[in-house]
Amino acid sequence: MSEKVLMKGNEAIAEAAIRAGCRHYFGYPITPQTELAAYMSKRMPKIGGVFLQAESEISAINMVYGVAGSGKRVMTSSSSPGISLKQEGISYIAGADLPALIVNVQRGGPGLGGIQPSQSDYFQATKGGGHGDYHLIVLTPASVQEMADLTLLAFDLADKYRVPAMLLADGTTGQMMEPVSLPEEKEVSVEKPWAVTGTKMQRKHNIINSLYLQPDELEKINFERYERYRLIEENEVRYESYLTEDADIVVVAFGIAARVSKNAVNEARKQGIKVGLIRPITIWPFPKKVLSELSKTAKGFISVELSMGQMIEDIKLAINCSRPVMLCNRAGGMIPSPDEVLNSIKKMQEGI
Amino acid sequence: MYSPTSFPRITLFCGHYGSGKTNLAVNYALFLKEKGLDVSLADIDIVNPYFRSKDSEKELKENGINVVSLPFANSSVDLPSLPSEVYGLVQRRDIYAVLDIGGDERGALALGRFAPYIAEENNYDMFFVVNFFRPLTPDAESAYEVMREIEGACPLKFTGIINNSNLGELTSPKDIEKSHKKAMELGDISGVPVKFTSVNETLKNTVSGENIFYMKLQKKLF
Repeated sequence: MSEKVLMKGNEAIAEAAIRAGCRHYFGYPITPQTELAAYMSKRMPKIGGVFLQAESEISAINMVYGVAGSGKRVMTSSSSPGISLKQEGISYIAGADLPALIVNVQRGGPGLGGIQPSQSDYFQATKGGGHGDYHLIVLTPASVQEMADLTLLAFDLADKYRVPAMLLADGTTGQMMEPVSLPEEKEVSVEKPWAVTGTKMQRKHNIINSLYLQPDELEKINFERYERYRLIEENEVRYESYLTEDADIVVVAFGIAARVSKNAVNEARKQGIKVGLIRPITIWPFPKKVLSELSKTAKGFISVELSMGQMIEDIKLAINCSRPVMLCNRAGGMIPSPDEVLNSIKKMQEGI
Repeated sequence: MYSPTSFPRITLFCGHYGSGKTNLAVNYALFLKEKGLDVSLADIDIVNPYFRSKDSEKELKENGINVVSLPFANSSVDLPSLPSEVYGLVQRRDIYAVLDIGGDERGALALGRFAPYIAEENNYDMFFVVNFFRPLTPDAESAYEVMREIEGACPLKFTGIINNSNLGELTSPKDIEKSHKKAMELGDISGVPVKFTSVNETLKNTVSGENIFYMKLQKKLF
């Protein structure tokens, strides 16, 4: 790790991507992720990389599709409305089994919504978003350091499983500044025999494609892909567990909501309430096992979200609705305060 | 501690994106107020969507500081318009004004329309705020490049450099010492004097000196 520097979350993603070997960035500006594109526009020309501001989000994601097919590390970034525009391309990339990184620095919605932070693209990120049976590996950073670390991890996992990965951040983690250690740049050494790089007349040509003319063939491809998804669910779940061992109440929150929740958990502990926090770092694959395990001892769960309640459904599924799950939320660009989370904890404490 | 005896009427805070201009502008306005001056703070940052001097509006107003901000600051309107009251601040000569300018040369563009009045009165400080822990300004040369870009975008010249080097809560006295050398080097290259080093007031017991300016930072919710 190099010496610490002070960075905005958006900048940390950009620099980490460069150090992960990404030399191809395609995007279109939108608040609150624009610093990422601005940083790339300054850095990429100096290191022989490509920064291209496309004419639209749709063309940016299709440029990503193209470069991903050549096996090079490639990314795009946007915020909620822009990510919606990219969905068709994301489905094609998933359908062609290509690794790529898509960054969503979420803002309030639906529609044009607002420019303040939000987590209301949870469904879109974890349940498809585009058409067809597919998943993205979805990572949710809760600090500027994690913006960098998870960017590197996202590239590695995407390459390993030939699955597009998404970094699902929010406006606050994108805009806030914190000290961060960036890794030294490393050589990417993943074999990509499927990449379209020219046959040099020495092999059969590779084809990057998501169209299948025979339904049984397409079915086979889907089953094979889901076998890979099963492996990801088995091996790549990541979460942070905080004070859950003896917890009567388990707060579940990711990203910025988890930071607020941690403060509330600490305060509640001071007041003698046995409460802990599970912070999913991957929301697909979702940390089902640990929640299911905790439901045997915990009496209730609270989902803290910057949305109208989306992750709460995955929590209920993970614990088979065996315990009450309460929602503590703000929406439209508002962030719950530690006091609001603390109030929910107290309310649940009284009810169980 | 930094304590000059007189102040020019207008103080402008410019610098690289994320160098700490807003925190400085807010603290500097409070500092001028403590000296008994009638101060207004204008937020004319047309670049940043979050974390603005408007966030400190309540505290500033309670301390008798007039705050002028973009009509849409902290809302979802992403419109780089400038409040007309800024003309009042630069043209009236009976009040002190602190101007928080957006980052880099793009932010400094907003100064252009007010610069002729400021230049004509010629009673101003234009500070270049630098944090050498920012990855794109790690040394004097790269900071000087940003300085020149900003001067290229607005017709005013810098009168001072402020060393605001920090790693947030992790800043150590050693970090500040190291950055001081770089600030002096920037002063040499640019011919602009280093005015002061700004540090978080939590370091009051470990960092002191004639040219140290103590700052209070906003309370963190997360």
